[in-house]
Amino acid sequence: MMGPTLGPVLKVLAQLAILLLLAPLVTGLIKLLKARLQMRRGPGMLQPYRDLYKLLRKGMVIPHTASWLFSATPYVVFSATLLAGLMVPTVAAETPIGLFGGVLAMVYLLGLGRFFLALGGLDTGSSFGGLGSSREMTIAALAEPTLMLAVFTVAIGAGSTTLAEMARAAIGQQWRFLAPSQILAFAALFLVLIAETGRIPVDNPATHLELTMIHEAMILEYSGPYLALIEWGASIKQLLLMTLLINVFWPFGLPQVWSASGLFTGLGWLLLKLFLLSCGIVLVETTNAKMRLFRVPELMATAFVLGALALVSTFLL
Amino acid sequence: MGGLIAYLAGAVAGLAGLGAPRRPHRQARSRVEKSLCHWAFGLALAGALLEAAAAAAAIGQPAAATWSLPFGVPFFSWTVRLNALSAYFNLALGVLSAAVSIYSLGYVRGMEGRRNAGVLGFFYNILLLSLTLVFTAANAFFFLVAWEVMALSAYCLVSFEHEKEETRRAGIVFLIMSHAGTGLLLIAFLMLGQAGGTLDFAAWHHLASRLPAWEQGTVFVLFLLGFGVKAGIIPLHVWLPAAHPVAPSNISALMSGIVIKTGIYGMALVFFDFFAIPPMWAGMVVLGVGVVSALLGVLYALMEHDLKRLLAYHSIENIGIILIGFGAALVFRALGHPALAAIALIAGLYHTMNHAIFKGLLFLGAGSVLHATHTRNMEEMGGLIRRMPVTALCFLVGSIAISGLPPLNGFVSEWLTYQALLGGFGSTQKLARVVFPIAGALLALTAALAAACFVKAFGISFLALPRSEKAAEARETALSMRIGMGILAAGCVALGLGATWFLPIFDPITEQTMGGRFSAMLIAGNGFVLSAGTPRGGTVSTAEIAAMLVLLTALPGLFWLVWGRSSRRAAGPTWDCGLPGLTADNQYTATGFSKPIRMIFSALYRPRREIQAEYEVSPYYPTAIHFESEIEPTFEKRVYDPFLEWLLRVSRRLRAVQAGSIHAYLAYIFLALIALLLFGVRG
Repeated sequence: MMGPTLGPVLKVLAQLAILLLLAPLVTGLIKLLKARLQMRRGPGMLQPYRDLYKLLRKGMVIPHTASWLFSATPYVVFSATLLAGLMVPTVAAETPIGLFGGVLAMVYLLGLGRFFLALGGLDTGSSFGGLGSSREMTIAALAEPTLMLAVFTVAIGAGSTTLAEMARAAIGQQWRFLAPSQILAFAALFLVLIAETGRIPVDNPATHLELTMIHEAMILEYSGPYLALIEWGASIKQLLLMTLLINVFWPFGLPQVWSASGLFTGLGWLLLKLFLLSCGIVLVETTNAKMRLFRVPELMATAFVLGALALVSTFLL
Repeated sequence: MGGLIAYLAGAVAGLAGLGAPRRPHRQARSRVEKSLCHWAFGLALAGALLEAAAAAAAIGQPAAATWSLPFGVPFFSWTVRLNALSAYFNLALGVLSAAVSIYSLGYVRGMEGRRNAGVLGFFYNILLLSLTLVFTAANAFFFLVAWEVMALSAYCLVSFEHEKEETRRAGIVFLIMSHAGTGLLLIAFLMLGQAGGTLDFAAWHHLASRLPAWEQGTVFVLFLLGFGVKAGIIPLHVWLPAAHPVAPSNISALMSGIVIKTGIYGMALVFFDFFAIPPMWAGMVVLGVGVVSALLGVLYALMEHDLKRLLAYHSIENIGIILIGFGAALVFRALGHPALAAIALIAGLYHTMNHAIFKGLLFLGAGSVLHATHTRNMEEMGGLIRRMPVTALCFLVGSIAISGLPPLNGFVSEWLTYQALLGGFGSTQKLARVVFPIAGALLALTAALAAACFVKAFGISFLALPRSEKAAEARETALSMRIGMGILAAGCVALGLGATWFLPIFDPITEQTMGGRFSAMLIAGNGFVLSAGTPRGGTVSTAEIAAMLVLLTALPGLFWLVWGRSSRRAAGPTWDCGLPGLTADNQYTATGFSKPIRMIFSALYRPRREIQAEYEVSPYYPTAIHFESEIEPTFEKRVYDPFLEWLLRVSRRLRAVQAGSIHAYLAYIFLALIALLLFGVRG
């Protein structure tokens, strides 16, 4: 069944291709599902690709006030997110560059991207940029401890912070995700996913109403290819967080190592599970209204408590 | 031994700088003073370089080198020793002070004609010398002498701009708290001295663990508090955010970079050398103090818009992170996991070095900004990235490093700290299994808040439009100042990317304290990869992360080549909602940036704000708005003020004893004598 395992460079290239090509698809899928659930026709699933293609070819306007940092930001965000993506198991438990960093490096690379994005928002001199940066950093700071607690809970079970080891440990115990600690950790991570990807009820990715937006406010001044890089980076970040959730908690059909034949079965399972998780996100987005900004800390506190309970229940139950 | 001689030569070179700048008097502000002042910092630089070299040489040597000055009185010897631990702290001191000395050459030029920079040079050299001696003193007596010289010279440097009320007050608070700490240390040293019969540090190896349990506890707490004052742990931190900002910026860099590390050195000496295995609760206390200091430090930092005060609060945060490492190491020792204890200790010590480098860099950067704009208030800065590109780049490097983001040095030590904490999960001790992950989560919160804080610090000060005329006219600083910052920025990169080359430096230290060499365990793969030390543990490679980041940037470049070449790049105005023109007033302020945090943690801050609008026709069309916002200084108000009041009340009552009658005083002396005699006879 297993073909020959792939060489390291091939693995990196394959994973890059998966991340780059799949990320806009998932964004499109969520948009489409959401539209259908709300009885709208909605744009086609391939719309994000068309958007990216168009943005990459368009001209751009750089604000007078901006410095070199404004122009460097899209590159840093894009490559840091992509590199973080290389550390996550996608179609096999093995990661292409697992030795370079585990879940901690992944979280901190996303943090690096966010750091620059927030600076890029401030660099424009507009109040929207500052507003977005301030809120983004605050919410990220509140989500961070929960993310870590949930990750630690899984890491305790696996005895490692390497994502490949965590996925492998999950493969070994297919039904472990039903254990109370894992359910709680999953719930906590799901809330973090909602917050980190800027979805309702934390942020609304569809709005450009000034007072409610966070992520969109921060990148308001970006246009053309720079905007394409940032949007692409954001959808890759969403994909990698979803993949992390999927492969650490539901590793059904996940092969141990990369191989030519395993690639396609792994990809098939990944697509199926991404579809299911997207349905969950869409349900949450459709049945909730966006929260006031100062209600978000309560949501994050709930997530933190869930994470703490998950941790405690690994010892008690 | 050769290293020790070179280091002493360095110290003497520093000493030679002392006398020189004293001579010119205030009226003789001439070229003589200028050149002498440069001599002082030049000699300090030479001393620092020699010291760094000597420390680097000594760190690999198996036995501690000792050297006694040939004078002294019985029981008290002037002996220095250079073992692995003191060599490590001397290395940090040497590297930092070399960069700061270069920076000072340009920095003091701004003082010419205004004040006597020679005095600054004099105390600067004294401070460096006393720091070296604190790190190398071989007995308690000499240590305390050096400790006091350090405190006094630091006091003189902090109070350098003494014409300001704020500075004088900060200096006095620093002096009082520092001496209170020394008092506690004195008691602890005397207790150990009585138990060991000697004041020699070498003879105190594992001595504290042979004491009875309650004495162990007392000694431990006394040392923690005594050294904690200097390190700035919460709640003993109040002097730190007052004193560090008012000092000249090159001194602030030394204060935050290395002076507070003397407290960390003292704790390392006590926790890992004087104690064999401290009790479990001690480790938990240190861990708790670390977590509280880290979190509250960064939360208070977020509320500051005085750039230097913000940095000072971050020193408290980073001391907390170091103590998380130390606390974990103590707990692991108590639980009997020497390898995990070694990782935790290495994490703490690595962060000590990192903090010295990046906080020194940030304070120097803040100094350059202060030099150029004459203000510490971030709300009056902005747009400096164009006016001062080198300073901005260096400050950005420091900001990334202190936020613990890869691939710079802050990430490496925080990663090691996480791995050490994760190691506690496998332990059988119930409490440790819950406490360690929670500590890890709070460390994550601290790091994320620190990132938010430095987005604010860098973004508000350096980006967008200048918020004041002074900022709009700022000029890039002198070459020597840029070189000083550049060295430290390069240090941040080197300690980040070259982590695996730096780790073997800890081998002699862990051998001295834990009896084993552990660095090989932490290096995996092709020599660029850090490992958690356990077979399935996490790995990370900052060097390869950096390489991959650069490689992946080629990808957007490719897109640009394929599609983007024909696209136009135009400069346009920022979106201003259609109102006439964007001004600096439209920008987000530092106060505004941290407002969400202030709201969320209002239980801690207890913010107070006052808005007064002046209007002529209708309140909806104000002509001017007065806005005032402040947070409650909780510790000052709830801990220190009541204590101070109590102290004053007690002193007032005690005044009755001091009646002014010589007969009464003679009676006191007599009674005291009798009491002492009785005590002596009984003993």
